[in-house]
Amino acid sequence: MRIEQHPIITFERGRKVQFTFDGKVYEGYEGEPIAAALHDAGVRVLGHSHRLGRPRGFYCAIGNCSSCLMVVDGKPNVRVCVEKLKEGMVVETQVGRGDIR
Amino acid sequence: MIHTDIVVVGGGPAGMRAAINAAESGAKVIVIDRDGHLGGQLVKQTHMFFGSQKQYASTRGIDIAKILIAELEKHKDKITVMTDSTVIGFYEDRVLTVEQAGKYIKIKPNAIVVATGASEKFNAFPNNDLPGIYGAGAVQTLMNVYGVAPGDSVFMSGAGNIGLIVSYQLMQAGIKVKGVICRGPEFGGYAVHASKLRRMGVPVMPSHKVVYAHGKDKLERITLIKMDENKKEIPGTEFDIEVDVLCIATGLTPLVELLWQAGCEMKYVSELSGHVPLRDENLMTSLEGIYVAGDVAGIEEASSAMVEGALAGLCAAESLGYKHPDFETLKEDYRSQLYNLRSGPEGDSIRKGLSKVQLKEVGL
Repeated sequence: MRIEQHPIITFERGRKVQFTFDGKVYEGYEGEPIAAALHDAGVRVLGHSHRLGRPRGFYCAIGNCSSCLMVVDGKPNVRVCVEKLKEGMVVETQVGRGDIR
Repeated sequence: MIHTDIVVVGGGPAGMRAAINAAESGAKVIVIDRDGHLGGQLVKQTHMFFGSQKQYASTRGIDIAKILIAELEKHKDKITVMTDSTVIGFYEDRVLTVEQAGKYIKIKPNAIVVATGASEKFNAFPNNDLPGIYGAGAVQTLMNVYGVAPGDSVFMSGAGNIGLIVSYQLMQAGIKVKGVICRGPEFGGYAVHASKLRRMGVPVMPSHKVVYAHGKDKLERITLIKMDENKKEIPGTEFDIEVDVLCIATGLTPLVELLWQAGCEMKYVSELSGHVPLRDENLMTSLEGIYVAGDVAGIEEASSAMVEGALAGLCAAESLGYKHPDFETLKEDYRSQLYNLRSGPEGDSIRKGLSKVQLKEVGL
C-alpha cells in the first residue's frame, strides 16, 4: 500500500514501470528498490534461508543483512532492498544459494 | 589506481561533514557511498533534531541532508562524490578496493576517514525471521523515503529514540501502532517523544518483551511477557497481540568490517554497542592516517556524528599538511560541542564507553 498523504513529505516517484515476479506482472516506480514495489503489492516473502528454506522478508533495507536475496534478470543473490527497479525486470524467487547462469 | 589525499567512506552526516572540513582545509577528497545518494540515514529522518544551533537543532533530518549536500557542492573542485559504490576491501598497503556498476576500482588515499555508520540488531525469539519482522530503520526507509506502508498494524519493540520516533512517524503516515515496549522498567528515549505517543493513544509499556512470533509465511501475532525490575520474565504473564508488522528498535551495532580488515586495534564496549576502534583525541585509530567518525566509532546521535565528522576531517587534512586557517579554534569548538552533547545523565553511558577506547588520556 502506498502512502499518498503525508503531513511532512512529498514523495517524488519515478515513472510507472512494469516488471514480473515469478511470472506475474507487477507495477512499481522506476528507481525505487524492487522490495518497495513488491511490498506495495503485498508481497512479503522475498528470500528463503538456505538450509531449511524458511521464508524471509525484508529486514534492514540498506543492503546489509542479506535477508532479501532474489534472482533478478537471471542474476542470483541480488539484494532487492537496494536494487533499483527498472522497466521489464524479471524478478524470481531464489532457491538455495543460487546458480550463476 | 586512483591517488587522492583523503577518502571518506560513507556519505552520511559524519562522512559529509568530514569531507567538507577536509576540503575547506585544502585537501582533495573522494566520498564513497554504497547508496545512490548522499545523506545516509538522514534522508528518512523527518523529525527535528535536538542539540544546539551548531548541530542544526530544530531542523528536520531530511533538511539537514540537503544543507550538507549543498555545502559539499560548494567544494566541487576538491570533493569527488562516488555513489552506488561499495568499498569492498581495505588492504595493509592502504589500498581501498571499490565496486561501482560492476567495475573494480582501486584507490590509494594518504588518509582515510571511515564513517560507515551502523546496522540494526536482531533479537532472539522463536520465528524472529518471519516476514513482517523488520528493523525500525528499515520501516522508516520504506515509509519515509519510498512512501510504502509496511503493513496494517505495527508493534514496536524498543523504546529508545528510534523506537519512539519511528512509532510517531508511522502514526503520521496513517499506520496504526498497537504499542511500544522495552525490556527495562524505563524507556530509553526522550520523554517528549513518549508523551506525544501516549497523547495519541499508543500504549508505551516498559517491562515487556517479545517471546514468540506466530505466522506461517508472514507475521500474524506476537506473544509478549511482562518483566520484573531485574529484567527477568514473570511466568504466566504472557499475552498475544495481533499485528502484521513488528519493528525491532533495540539498538544498532557499528559497521566496523573495514577497520578490522585494516588491522585497527578494536575493543568490545557495550556502552558503544559493539566492537569499536580505539582512537585518539583527533579520532585517529591505532593506525596512522586512519580516522573514524560517527556510529562506526560507537552508537550515538546524528548530532554527535556530524561534529565527529567535522573533527576527523579537520585533523585528517592537518595530518597531511593541509592546516585549516582556523584549525586550533575549530578543533577546540568541536571538542567542546562533543563535550556538551555528551554531558548530563543521558550522556553517562557514552562517556563511560568512550573512556574505555581512548588511545591517550584526553580529559573528557
